[in-house]
Amino acid sequence: MANSNEEILAGLAEIVNEETGLATDAVQADKSFTDDLDIDSLSMMTIVTLAEEKFEVRIPDEEVKNLTTVGDAVAFIAQAQA
Amino acid sequence: MTDQPNVVVTGLGTTNPLGGDVESTWAGALAGRSGVRTLTDDWVSRYDLPVTFAGQLAVPAEDVLARPEMRRMDPSAQFAMIAAREAWADAGAPEIDGERLGAVVASGIGGVTTLVNAWDTIKEKGVRRVLPLTVPMLMPNSPAAYVSIEVGAKAGSHTPVSACASGAEAIGYALEMIRTGRADMVVAGGTEAATHPLPIASFAKMQALSTRNDDPAGASRPYDVDRDGFVLGEGAAVVVLEREDHALARGATIYARIAGVGMSADAYDVAPPDPSGAGQSRALRLALENAGITPADLVHVNAHATSTPAGDGVEAAAIRATLGDDADHIAVSATKSMTGHLLGGAGALESLFTILAVRDRKAPPTINVANPEPGLPIDLVRDAPRDLPSGQIAAVNNAFGFGGHNVALVVTNA
Repeated sequence: MANSNEEILAGLAEIVNEETGLATDAVQADKSFTDDLDIDSLSMMTIVTLAEEKFEVRIPDEEVKNLTTVGDAVAFIAQAQA
Repeated sequence: MTDQPNVVVTGLGTTNPLGGDVESTWAGALAGRSGVRTLTDDWVSRYDLPVTFAGQLAVPAEDVLARPEMRRMDPSAQFAMIAAREAWADAGAPEIDGERLGAVVASGIGGVTTLVNAWDTIKEKGVRRVLPLTVPMLMPNSPAAYVSIEVGAKAGSHTPVSACASGAEAIGYALEMIRTGRADMVVAGGTEAATHPLPIASFAKMQALSTRNDDPAGASRPYDVDRDGFVLGEGAAVVVLEREDHALARGATIYARIAGVGMSADAYDVAPPDPSGAGQSRALRLALENAGITPADLVHVNAHATSTPAGDGVEAAAIRATLGDDADHIAVSATKSMTGHLLGGAGALESLFTILAVRDRKAPPTINVANPEPGLPIDLVRDAPRDLPSGQIAAVNNAFGFGGHNVALVVTNA
């Protein structure tokens, strides 16, 4: 089942909120997970694991390093769902 | 022992079945309340557990901690964190060189909920669904690690694991850290979060648990003739120990002194205690020697007394054998009658009760003792608290664990 980019962004924001406590509206497409949102590598792997389940996609471990911004993750998930 | 520094208690914290903090817990204990209830979790009926009650936290952890903290910590660490924050704030949260501050937080079982849930995830959803923090959450030293991070304790972070003696062993370890000069202050205690079908099923299969399902609040009845096993409890207690001159220099409130510790091992069986009580007796004797006191100085014992048919009698006999006729004037309390048995948290919570008993000169009651064991060789405090004498007083907390671990801690007024 494919989600719109807006739905994916909102879903990711919920996951990030649950994991880190960051407000959902702080999770925007242009934000860097590490530099802007201060998410460390273990938290990132947690977010990826939860996102795989939520969006029913596979995000290979070696792909995670390429997901610099929230927008990168949204795009990857959208493409994986297509 | 005169060359060793005195070690005092300057902070207290807890969350347990009687209360979410020290004040409500102590008020509940002095009032003789039970924190034991029927379990409402759906797994109780799903698995048809033979025991349907336990002592769960009076104030759920999710009411206290932020959501991300709940997600990142196993319940054992959550409980320890709640207790540690209260204790550290109570101590005044002093600015101290982290290299002179230690953390010793014990657990008997560790992150069993995280471990078993992660295995369920693998079976149901596959290995890709396992979260990366699973191991840091399930490891038994996780509570100590989180507490050391919370307060910035860099002198050392340690986790004694000795089943139901763990929490008392942690405080004993903390005492030694200060005595040997490794630290000026140590945040120390124990935690347990084993209200899960697996430990309940296992303890029930051992016939160690009370099955008084129709009367949860009356199920934990140490030294009563109709006791039929212990009642599982959960929670944590943490104390802040401090070198006395350090505490005096910063004007800290001093609740009591930790005057000595004795430890021994039964080397007898992996579950029940040595029925001769020799190991328990030796721990108690060593604790008194370590504190430089005699049985005549003792006014109060918080007994391990779990409400099992075999264990309570061994301990009562060991107390009498060690203290002799002085046992006639020593008020013995069994607070598990109210809290249930916190396993790795028990020795810490009962040390906390012992500290409060010395501070307020009140021995808490033992509830549910309708018919004491005939010929019970100790002076049991029943139903209502009992005033302890004025002047210099000493009290002991006993804690014993599966595997034959015996710990006795001596608390005196400061």
